[in-house]
Amino acid sequence: MSVLTSLARVHAYELGRAVPIATRRHVHVSDRPLVFVPLSMAGEANAPLACLVGSTPESPTMLVVPQPRNRDLRFRFAESLADVVLAYIDSFTMSMEQDRDQSVFTDAPQLVVANPSAAAFTRLLGRSTRLRRTDGPYPVAPSVPLLGRWLTYFAELTERPGSSTMLVMTTVLAAHWATGQSPIEDLNLAALVGWIDPWEGLTGPQAAAEAEDPLRWPPAGPATDPTFDNEVLAPLIRAYDLAVDDAGRARAVAALEQALHGQMEPTWRLLWRAIELMRKLPPGSSVERRWLRDRHQFTRQVEFWRDGGPPQPRRDHAVAAAQRLHWLERELEEYTVDRAFDDDLVMAEFRLSGEAFVGRVTWRDPTRLDTSGRRRRLRPHIVVATTDPVRLEVGDTVRSAVRPNQTARIVALSSPSPADPAHTDEPTSTRPVVEVTLELSGGMGRSLTPEPGSVPELGERLCYSSLVREPLRPVPFPSREQTPWTHGGPPEEYVPTDEDAGEDWS
Amino acid sequence: MGEDTEARLDRIRGGGPARRHNARTIAALTTNPGCARRAIMDAAGIDKARLAAHIGFPSQFGQSQFALARGNAFEAQVKADGCAELLTLLRERLGLTLPEVAYTDLNEVGGNDAPKLRHRQTRQLLTRTDDPGTLFDHPLLRLPVGGRQVYLEPDLIAFQWKGQYHIIEIKSFPVIDGQADGKKVAAAAIQSAVYVYAMREMLAEAGISPTVVSDNVILVCPKDFSNRPIATFVDVRKQLTVLRRQLSRLTRIDELLDLLPENLSLSLDRDPADVAFDLGCIEARYMPECLETCELARFCRDEAKGSTYVMGRAVSEDLGGISTVDGALALARGERDPAPDQVEAATLLRQAWSIRTECLGSAA
Repeated sequence: MSVLTSLARVHAYELGRAVPIATRRHVHVSDRPLVFVPLSMAGEANAPLACLVGSTPESPTMLVVPQPRNRDLRFRFAESLADVVLAYIDSFTMSMEQDRDQSVFTDAPQLVVANPSAAAFTRLLGRSTRLRRTDGPYPVAPSVPLLGRWLTYFAELTERPGSSTMLVMTTVLAAHWATGQSPIEDLNLAALVGWIDPWEGLTGPQAAAEAEDPLRWPPAGPATDPTFDNEVLAPLIRAYDLAVDDAGRARAVAALEQALHGQMEPTWRLLWRAIELMRKLPPGSSVERRWLRDRHQFTRQVEFWRDGGPPQPRRDHAVAAAQRLHWLERELEEYTVDRAFDDDLVMAEFRLSGEAFVGRVTWRDPTRLDTSGRRRRLRPHIVVATTDPVRLEVGDTVRSAVRPNQTARIVALSSPSPADPAHTDEPTSTRPVVEVTLELSGGMGRSLTPEPGSVPELGERLCYSSLVREPLRPVPFPSREQTPWTHGGPPEEYVPTDEDAGEDWS
Repeated sequence: MGEDTEARLDRIRGGGPARRHNARTIAALTTNPGCARRAIMDAAGIDKARLAAHIGFPSQFGQSQFALARGNAFEAQVKADGCAELLTLLRERLGLTLPEVAYTDLNEVGGNDAPKLRHRQTRQLLTRTDDPGTLFDHPLLRLPVGGRQVYLEPDLIAFQWKGQYHIIEIKSFPVIDGQADGKKVAAAAIQSAVYVYAMREMLAEAGISPTVVSDNVILVCPKDFSNRPIATFVDVRKQLTVLRRQLSRLTRIDELLDLLPENLSLSLDRDPADVAFDLGCIEARYMPECLETCELARFCRDEAKGSTYVMGRAVSEDLGGISTVDGALALARGERDPAPDQVEAATLLRQAWSIRTECLGSAA
């Protein structure tokens, strides 16, 4: 966390409702997301118990595994889930457009789950189904391994900082609002939404207290409430096991469906409510560019598998892992800078740490020429007065989002002087003023007189920061055949084995 | 520990049988060693879940029968037929060449399961270092915690081979493609460390070098999505260091008791309001992590209302150690002059507040 978000938390505590820590939405929210609320059976590695899934709030599909320890019933669940998920994914492969020299689908699928545990469940469900075979000793329906590949695809993208292919709702909400409770308590979706948008007549803390009562707000899953397990679920599963005929089993399944629906439906509603909350926020200007990357990723993946590409391996080989890590780091940097440029409140973090400052232009020499070299160059000077705690130094280069092609080099920094009300935004401020002298280059046209508007005007309010948005460039990594001996040498080609395909799922 | 202390703790508990410490509660102590309330309740063997319910803050630590059933089934399977499956694993992991290994269950001594007896038996058998290879099930260990001897009822096997002991811990969470849930592994590691520690103490008493107990414990878990076990070495040296430090830091119970009113009682027979009042006399050190480990956490959270640490330690650190919400906001708004040790924090808070207000405009 940071001083700003921690301060926002105590403020939220005082107000009894969540407060924003972002003024823009930094994720893409699909018009037609696929919302997925899975429940699992306690104690098992990855035993699906039930789920609600669908892309409209009114009509979720409910799937239930009446005896989660039964392998056949699990695969039947996977098959039914595949019907929904694959149809949803296919619906995005109908129309393409051109993005420079590449074709890209006009939209891409987006999976929404409640919390990090649901994302982990999705990843494991993907892992346990993608290596299955449709022939041989333990055949499954062709849709099952395909479902596994796509669930793995979604889950892996949750690690990518700028990707919106899969939204983990508690994480997304907590990145936009601060509550008056701890991050541990924020993992409870109902409590988090309660702080942000409390239901009728309640304060945030009251709503959060209600959210901790599993009878009013069943856990968002995938883990179920232990008391529900012991008092409701166990007898119902036993009834299913003991049923002697189809009619009996149907009755048992109906009773299970009703009970499990009651556990999932509140989370289903909360997720759509959270989606609405996110939609109300105006998007940051770089959100669309990042979503375009998600669309390209989706397009490449569809084509890769259409051309017979294999499923994701159990583990990355060394080169792929290094590449992946490299990209994650670069994307995290890029995402941080993007958010700061899109959103004053995110930039505020950098102002507080002294890497950025906001102030007004108090003096300018727009036609100043640098005559020290052989050719004269246009190098205007401006002075920006700021009350921010600047920790930059003479010689540092800064930029403003308003004139992205212009660089400004700090040539002088005054020592802090008492506030001059005329130069600051807050007449009552007592914070000392620092005058930063900047030398501008670039973005002013070709002649020795700057184009109109290219040099900041007197009184113009600007934010300069040392943040740089560098384009993501591929970095040379060895091919997998040339994996160095330090990393185990060239790995064996990954071929899904019979053992993978027939793996127990018990 | 004197009879006085024992009697005093009994009085605080107020009748009913005492709950025993186990590796889990000792591991929890190390996560929040500064909490006197927890130390006293555990020392007195208080049922914290029932106490919490009694004073109106019921805990949410139910365990699903599905999880229990799965855990028991897996353990039974691994230990079945004289630990046949376990031995196969050990042969692979330890390069064990013995064709046969003895199995000794220390769950009872000749039909008697009195702790003292079992502990003596455990000590007798485990201090023999000439054993050719034996699996010991349910040895009963003893550990001084906060100046009080605590029996540990471990559900583990100590395996002795070539003069070295390995602690074997059986858990039912899966290891998938060589990876397991980090939190669960961490919990298993600290619990195993408690056993290693206790066993080393016991051997040290008998004049045997502690290095006889390996600090590499063997964790046995289901592999991938199956019921087949897989064994992994877990190095618990770091956990042992933490444990040693925290146990030595644990204030002696006597000293904690000296700070309390003479007639303090947490008996469930008393009026809930009175119990809550007495509970308030024992100093707690609440942090949000307690919600995951302590049955009484919700009571302590309620009591800590208005403090910055209810939102997490990171929040109070970010705010320069200012401990109350009101205090932090008053300093941030410049409504209160900082104390000498708060000057630096106050400057940062004021800057943060004014930048935030400026960014949000009227929305703040």
